[in-house]
Parts: sequence; C-alpha cells; structure tokens
Amino acid sequence: MIEVKNVYKSFGKELVLTDISVAFDQGKTNLIIGRSGSGKTVLLKAIVGLHGIDTGAIYFDGRDFIKMTEIQKQDLRKEMGMLFQGSALFDSLTVQENIIFPLEMYTNMSYEEKLERVNSCLKMVELEKVNHLYPAELSGGMKKRVGIARAIVQFPQYLFCDEPNSGLDPMTALVIDNLISKITHDMNITTIINTHDMNSVMEIGEKVVFIHEGFKCWEGTRNGVLSSDDKHLNDFVFASNLAKKIKNLK
Amino acid sequence: MGTLTAFGKYVILIFRVFSKPEKTKIYLKQTIREIENLGVNSIGIVIIISIFIGAVITLQTRYNLESSWIPLYLIGLTARDTILLEFSSTMVGLILAGKVGSNIASEIGHMRITEQIDALEMMGVNSASYLILPKIIAAMVFNPFLTIISMLVGIFGGWLAAIITGAVTSADYIYGIQYWFEPFYITYALVKTVVYAFIITSVSAYYGYFVKGGALEVGRASTKGVVYSCILILMFDVILTQLMLA
Repeated sequence: MIEVKNVYKSFGKELVLTDISVAFDQGKTNLIIGRSGSGKTVLLKAIVGLHGIDTGAIYFDGRDFIKMTEIQKQDLRKEMGMLFQGSALFDSLTVQENIIFPLEMYTNMSYEEKLERVNSCLKMVELEKVNHLYPAELSGGMKKRVGIARAIVQFPQYLFCDEPNSGLDPMTALVIDNLISKITHDMNITTIINTHDMNSVMEIGEKVVFIHEGFKCWEGTRNGVLSSDDKHLNDFVFASNLAKKIKNLK
Repeated sequence: MGTLTAFGKYVILIFRVFSKPEKTKIYLKQTIREIENLGVNSIGIVIIISIFIGAVITLQTRYNLESSWIPLYLIGLTARDTILLEFSSTMVGLILAGKVGSNIASEIGHMRITEQIDALEMMGVNSASYLILPKIIAAMVFNPFLTIISMLVGIFGGWLAAIITGAVTSADYIYGIQYWFEPFYITYALVKTVVYAFIITSVSAYYGYFVKGGALEVGRASTKGVVYSCILILMFDVILTQLMLA
C-alpha cells in the first residue's frame, strides 16, 4: 500500500498540488485521472521521488519515503517499476539489453538465467522475436510493452504507469490496460496509473482518484465515476458528445 | 547570482558523478565503449587537422624568417615548439570541445527530455555517475594519446610542407626539430590535455544533464556546453602556463 498524506508541491510561486491525501491499495489498479495540466504526472513523480515535495508525507507499506536518504531511496526504487509516457527505452540498447539492464546492475544471475527472465517477461507482455530489435524499430504499442517488461523484470512491489495509452489506438490501448491489470493481480502489486482515458477508467479502474487543478476532488470506484455529482468530475467524464448522449440515454 | 547557482549545481553534480558506482564491471564496460566513442572516433579529425596546421606553421615561419642571418633550422624548431606547447594540447582541446562536447551535451540532453534519465533513477541507478563518469575517465585516459598523435603528425606535416614547397631542406628541418629539445614540454602538454579532457566532458555533461524542454533546448545546451568548455580551456591554458612554465 502507498499512502500520500497532505502533500503540497509548487514550482516557483505556482502551487501545483494542494493538500493531496490518498491511499493506493495493494493488488489493485489505482487510477489517477484528470485533465491535462491538472497535476497528475507531478503527483506520480512526487510519489516516486523524481520531484521533491514542499510538505507532506509518502509511505510505502509504512516506510516514510520523504525522510529517507538518497541511498535509501535508491534502494527502495529497486522495488519499483515504472512505465513512462514515451516508454523511455534506452535508444542505444536492443530490447533484450533494455530489459536485462536492471538485472545486470543488481543481480549476480548467470547470463542464461537473465535471458530466461527476459524471455518470460516478454512472453507476459505478449511479445516474441523482438529481442534484438532497437527501440526505433518498434511501433508505439510494442514500445509500451517493452517498457512494461522492463518495469516488471525485477518483480517489483510497486508499479507506476504514466499515461500508458497515450498515442495508441483504442484497441492497442485496451490490450495494454488489460496487460497492466493482469500483471497487477498476478503479482499482487500496488499499481498506480495516470490517465485521462475514460476507456481505461471503465476497463480497469478498481480505485479512481480525480485531480482537478492540483486538488483531489473525488475518489471512488469506476462505477461511482458515472454516478458522481461532483461538477468537475462530470465535466471531465462527460466531455465528449458521445459520453453526453450515453448519459442522456440513461 | 546565476553564475554562482550554476557553479553550485555543477559542483553538486560532480560529487554525484564521483560517488561509488553500483557495479564496477558495468562502469568499466561503459568506459571502454566511451573510449571508442569519444577517443578512437576522434583520431581521424585530429590527424587531418594536425597535418595541415603543422604544414601551415612551417610555411608561415619560413615566410617570417626572410633574413639570411637566421639559420633555417629554426623553422623546424619553431614548428616543433608551437606544436608541442600550444597546438597539440590547446588547439586540439578546442577542436575536441566542439566535436566531443556537443556530442555529450546532445546525447545526455536527449536522454533527459525523453525521460531515459528518469528511467535510470527509477531503477535505483545514480544516473549522473552512470552517464558521466565513464565519459570523464575515457577522455582523461585517451586524450593524451590524441595529443601525442597530434604532435607526431603535426611535426610530420611541417616536414612534408617543407620538402614539397622547398621552404627548408629536409636536413635543416630535422636538425631543427631535434635542436634544444626540452622533454618537459611534453609533460606540460599532457597535463593540459588531461585538465581539458575533464573540462570538456564535465561541462558539456552538465549542460546536457540539466536541460529542460525539447529539441530546441537540447541544441542550445549543446552550444552552451561547447562555448563554456572553450572559455574554460583558454582560462586554464593561462593558469597552467603560469603555474608550469613561469
């Protein structure tokens, strides 16, 4: 479980997160939703320590992340995996080298063991025969899958996904969503996903947190999203004409 | 104030760069890769520039020593001392600041804007050390070889120009380059080269590492890395010359 308590974050004089308190459950896909620029990515990066916070606390299964030294944070990060918006694969390395990288850095496994782990992760994300391709040779969806494979290769306790569906067609987005959901349940890990894709919310949103202009406006389940009376959430959820028509039909 | 802040950030970055590596074997592998990228791949340009500059120094010296009272072997001596003292260390340093410095700043800058550096941090890797330390070590180890290559090729280029144009006889030139040879000049040049290698790699890496924005900012960071490396190289040229030769 990851707990965020009274977190404030500003860039210069601009306050981007205001008094955010939320708990993300283990074994569930926790979604942070909100409009572009609402502070979702800042919150996610603050949780993993890529952005410092002004005040507040963040606990990973009771461990106070903010009070940790840099070395302790680096150690804790070995329990985390992260899928970045643009996948962030290392350009100069092949798919296999990208996924094997954390294992080479932190384990004393033999080459055969590492290769076996890489292939099993690639199998989990339903990719085969791409080991020796470079990121530039992959499609957007394939890059995301390799990003997921790299994020889970060390069997993390915590998985973070920043806009996993951005730039993907709806079908591929659905595949990626279900993949993340399956990994979360199979490995019983705490997963936090940043998204503004309502399809993702309805497909895998076991816990949903809505951020608006740096404030946590609403939290609940995917079913509650449609019936909420929060104005900002309704504006976000029923922004498209299609969604408005469906709402009116109901 | 801005300069002080930048200097403070640079010092903190250098401390992070020189902290204990996570796995020495991987860093060693990276260093060998960087020796090839930054050093071996620069041999060609160093040879081309050195041979032509060696030739030009010889021809210009001949042009300036018109008097029949001045012995012609001085042309070889002048070419040798100019190449050893200044050209092969400082001028080649400035050229490498352009080639290697821009390469480093744009590579690291691209990694920053595409979140590859964040990905390294998320794996628990000290990204500053992993990305920058092998480059600094590679340049500090290999650039002295480039300087020695430049010295040899530069003096050869001078000889080639001398015999092709007839500016000075081969015997005079060879006598000149052996005359009153001071071995300390080589030490002086190599010390300067090592200092310049540190400046080029660390300053360019600093501008790449802290880039914010997109492709335009990466280009700007690359330019800044080269410009500030060149200024610092010239500053340290004066300081080291005063310390070692005065």
